[in-house]
Amino acid sequence: MNAPTSLPGCDSQQARPILRERGQREVFCGLTGIVWLHRKMQDAFFLVVGSRTCAHLLQSAAGVMIFAEPRFATAIMEERDLAGMVDCQDELDRVVNRLLARRPDIKTLFLVGSCPSEVIKLDLGKAAERLGARHMPQVRILNYSGSGIETTFTQGEDACLAALVPEMPRQAKDAPKQLLIVGALPDIVEDQFLRLFDQLGIDDVGVLPARNARDLPPVGPNTRYLLAQPFLADTAMALEGRGAKRIDALFPFGAEGTTGWLHAAAREFGIDEMHFNRVVAPGRERAKRAIEHSRAALEGKRISFLPDSQLEVPLARFLATELGMEPVEVGTPYLHRAHCAQELDLIPPSARISEGQHVDRQLDRVREDKPDLTVCGLGLANPLESEGFTTKWAIELVFSPIHGFDQAGDLAELFARPMRRRDRLEV
Amino acid sequence: MQLSVWTYEGPPHVGAMRIATAMEGLHYVLHAPQGDTYADLLFTMIERRGKRPPVTYTTFEARDLGKDTAQLFQDAAREAAERFKPQAMIVGASCTAELIQDDPGGLTEAMDLPCPAIPLELPSYQRKENWGAAETFYQVVRHLADKDIVAEPREGRPARANILGPTALGFRHRDDLVEIRKILDTLGIEVNLVAPLNATPSDISRIGAANFNIVLYPEIADEVARWLERTFKQPAVRTIPIGVSATRAFITEVAELAGADPTPALGDTNSRMPWWSRSIDSTYLTGKRVFIFGDATHAVAAARIAQDELGFEVCGLGCYNREFARDVREAAKLYGVEPLITDDHLAVEDAIIEAAPEMVLGTQMERHIAKRLGMPCAVISAPVHVQDFPARHSPQMGFEGANVIFDTWVHPLVMGLEEHLLTMFREDFEFSDEAGASHHAAHSPRTSGPKLAERTEEAPQPVIPANDANLWTDEAERELKKIPFFVRGKARRNTEAYAADQGRAQIDLDTLYDAKAHYAR
Repeated sequence: MNAPTSLPGCDSQQARPILRERGQREVFCGLTGIVWLHRKMQDAFFLVVGSRTCAHLLQSAAGVMIFAEPRFATAIMEERDLAGMVDCQDELDRVVNRLLARRPDIKTLFLVGSCPSEVIKLDLGKAAERLGARHMPQVRILNYSGSGIETTFTQGEDACLAALVPEMPRQAKDAPKQLLIVGALPDIVEDQFLRLFDQLGIDDVGVLPARNARDLPPVGPNTRYLLAQPFLADTAMALEGRGAKRIDALFPFGAEGTTGWLHAAAREFGIDEMHFNRVVAPGRERAKRAIEHSRAALEGKRISFLPDSQLEVPLARFLATELGMEPVEVGTPYLHRAHCAQELDLIPPSARISEGQHVDRQLDRVREDKPDLTVCGLGLANPLESEGFTTKWAIELVFSPIHGFDQAGDLAELFARPMRRRDRLEV
Repeated sequence: MQLSVWTYEGPPHVGAMRIATAMEGLHYVLHAPQGDTYADLLFTMIERRGKRPPVTYTTFEARDLGKDTAQLFQDAAREAAERFKPQAMIVGASCTAELIQDDPGGLTEAMDLPCPAIPLELPSYQRKENWGAAETFYQVVRHLADKDIVAEPREGRPARANILGPTALGFRHRDDLVEIRKILDTLGIEVNLVAPLNATPSDISRIGAANFNIVLYPEIADEVARWLERTFKQPAVRTIPIGVSATRAFITEVAELAGADPTPALGDTNSRMPWWSRSIDSTYLTGKRVFIFGDATHAVAAARIAQDELGFEVCGLGCYNREFARDVREAAKLYGVEPLITDDHLAVEDAIIEAAPEMVLGTQMERHIAKRLGMPCAVISAPVHVQDFPARHSPQMGFEGANVIFDTWVHPLVMGLEEHLLTMFREDFEFSDEAGASHHAAHSPRTSGPKLAERTEEAPQPVIPANDANLWTDEAERELKKIPFFVRGKARRNTEAYAADQGRAQIDLDTLYDAKAHYAR
C-alpha cells in the first residue's frame, strides 16, 4: 500500500486520513492503571467502588503482583446497596473507616469510580469531600473515574493525575520558570531524566506524580510542562487551567525521541546548543549502539499495532525512524492530534492510522495485511499466533521501563524478541 | 458493600463465558462496557487457547447511555449472527448492563435472528462465577434439548451415557475427561454426549438419548442433571471419582446402571497409588496434619483421600462456594473439624495460622498463603492459574488421577529420612526445618521470626574481594541498587567484566550504562 486509501469512516478534512471505528473494543478499562499507579505513589491507596467484575479484572490484570500486600482494593457493591436497602454513601463510609483504621500508612486515598458506580450515579466527589473532612490532615481523599464507559486503559492514569492537579500547591508569583515532567515513569527512568536536566542546567524540576502523593510539586503560570506519556489529555487541560504551558515535543522513546524531548525543554529554558549537545551526546550514542543490536531482526519488517495504550503512535514513529520498520496500521484507542502532531509527521504516509476499534474488522485487516509483527492485547495474541502471526504483547510496553536513552535498547529488544524467537524455534 | 482484595470467583457472566468457550457453534452476545473484554485473556492466556472466546461485547460508552444502548445491542447481535453464523446464541448482560435494564432476551426475541437466542438472567450483584456457569449450562440444555429424542430400548445394545460438567477454564477438566472415557470404554458403555466441553448446540439436542448421566462437576452440572432426571427420567451418577476408593465406587455404580461387568475396570493395573501409599517409604506420611480449602467438590474429595488413602490427619476443611456448603459441613463432621465456609481469603489465612498444619491443600491463593508461612502446599482446586494447565496429562479423576495426586501431594513434603535428620540437627544453620525440602530448587523459608534472624547472624558472611569497594563510585553503586534484585547480580557481573575488558579503573554511571548498552540484546 503506497498511498493512504480513502476508507469508510476516514476524516478527509484533516491533514492525513484517520480511520475512525466503533464497535467491540479489545482493551482494558481505566481501572487497570491502578496496577502501576499504586506502586508509583507509595503513600497512596486506591479503593475501587465497583462490582465483582472490577475486582476480578484487577486481580487478572495484576496477576501475581496482588500478593505483595497491594495498596488497592475493591468495595464490591451488592444487591442491598442497589436495592436501596442501605445507603451507598453510609456503606462507603463504613468501608473507608475500616480500611483507614487498618492501614495507618495511607496518606492519600483515591476513591475510584467504575462502570456500575457511574451508572447508578454514586457521587464519589461528595463522598471524598465528606470523608476528607473527617480524615484530613492525616489522609487526603480524592476521587476519579476509571470506568470503562469513560476511560480506556491508560486514560485511568490521566484521570488520576488530573485529580491531583487541583491539589498541587500554587507557585509563587515571582517564581522562576519551572519545568514539570508529567506522567508516571519507573523510578530509575525518572532519576535518569532528572540527572540529565540537572546536567543541562535546568534545576528545580517537578514530577507528577511524585513518589509520595503528598509531595506534589507547585504549579502556576511559570510552569512549563513536558509530557512523558502521550495519553495525558485531561491532565494537560487541568494544568493549562492552572496557567502552566506545554512544551511541544516528541515523546522520549529511542535515541531521537529522547533527544527531541530533552531538546524541546532545553530550548524553552534557553540552554546553550553546544552545552546541550555535550550533555546529551553520550546517552544518545549509547542508545544508538544499544538499538543496533535489534536492527537485523526488525529492519524492513512490517508491523501493525492494535489499539491498546495510546503509546502506539510514538512507538511506531520510533520503529520507523530508528529501526527502519514499516508501520502498516497504527491503531490507537484515542489520538490526541495536538500532543502527537510531531509524531504523526514522522510516520510514513503509507501507514494507516486508525482510532477507536471494531475488533473483528480490524482482525480482518490484519489477516489481509499479513504484517511481520502484530502488537496486540493479551486476549488476541495467542489466537493470532495460532493463525501463524508473530505477535508482541502490548501490555509489556506499559509495564516495562522503555523511556529515555538507556532504555532504548530494551525497547527495541521487546519488538525483536518475538521475531528472533520465531526464527529460532524448531518445534 | 464488601471490601475485597482478591476473589475466588469472578462474576456470573464469566461463568457463562466458560460454557460458551467450552462449546462449539455457540456464540455469546454480552451487553457490556469497554473493559469487560479483560475476561478473554483468562482463556487465551491462562488456558492458552488458540481461539478467541466466542463472545461479542456491545462495548457501550458513557455517551451512549442517554441514547439508545438497546439499538447498540441489537446491532451487535445481528452482526455476530452474520459473521460467526452460530447454531445458537446466548444473550445477556454484565454487571453494568444489568443496571441499565435493556433486557437482551426481549430485544433478541424481537429481532428474528437466524438462530435460537437463549436469554440469560445472571444477577451480578448476588451471584458468582460457578453459579453463572451452572445456570447458563442449564438454560442451554433446557432450550436446546429435543424432548422427542429419548433413550431407545437397549435390546442388547451398549448403554449410553452423557458426561456432564467439563468446561473451559476448569481445573484439569481436559484430563479428567480422558480418564472417564477410558473407564466407560472398559465397561463397554457408549458416550452419547460430553457437555459443555466441545459440544455443539445440535449435539445438545440429542441429550435425551442417553440412558443415564454422569455428573463430573456438580458445581457446573448438578442443575442440568436434576432437570434431565425430571424430563427424561435419566438417573445420574453423582459419585465423584477422585481418589482410589471413590473411583472404585464410581465404576461399580456406573456398571450397575449399565448392567455391565465392573471387574475389568476395577482391575486396572495402572492403579499404583494403593501400593505407593502402603509401601514402607510412605510411613512418614502418617498423621501429617493437612488443611484443605477449595471448591466444595474438590475439597471434600481431598479430605477423603488425605484421611483414608494417605493416612494424613485433616485439621481444617472449607470451601468458598456457599451453594455447596452443605457437602463440606457433612464432611467436616466426619473429621471432627469446624467447616470454614467463606470467600474471604484473609479469613482462610487466619484459619490456616490457627490450625498450624504441616501441609496445605488449597487453591492458588492458599499456595501463596502457605508460601508466606513456609508451609508445603499442593493445589487441588480452581480458581485456575496458568500452572493448572500443564502440557502433560495430569488428571485428578480415575486411578491415574489418584497416581497424580499421590505425586503432587507427597512431593512438597520433606522426605522421610531427611525429616529425621532435620529433627536431629535442628540447630544447624543451613539444615533446619525452615530451609524446606532439599529436593526443591527454591526453598521458601519463613520470612520473619527470631529464629531466622539468629540463624542469619550465625551464617558465615560471603567473602567480598577487597578491591570491589573502590571499583564502583558511590553514584554507580546507588544506581545499581535501583535495578530489580533478581537481575542485580547479573548486572554487577556484566559491568565489572565490561570495565575490566575496557581497562577502566573505575565504574561510574557511564560505565554502568555503557556496559548495559554493550550487553543489550
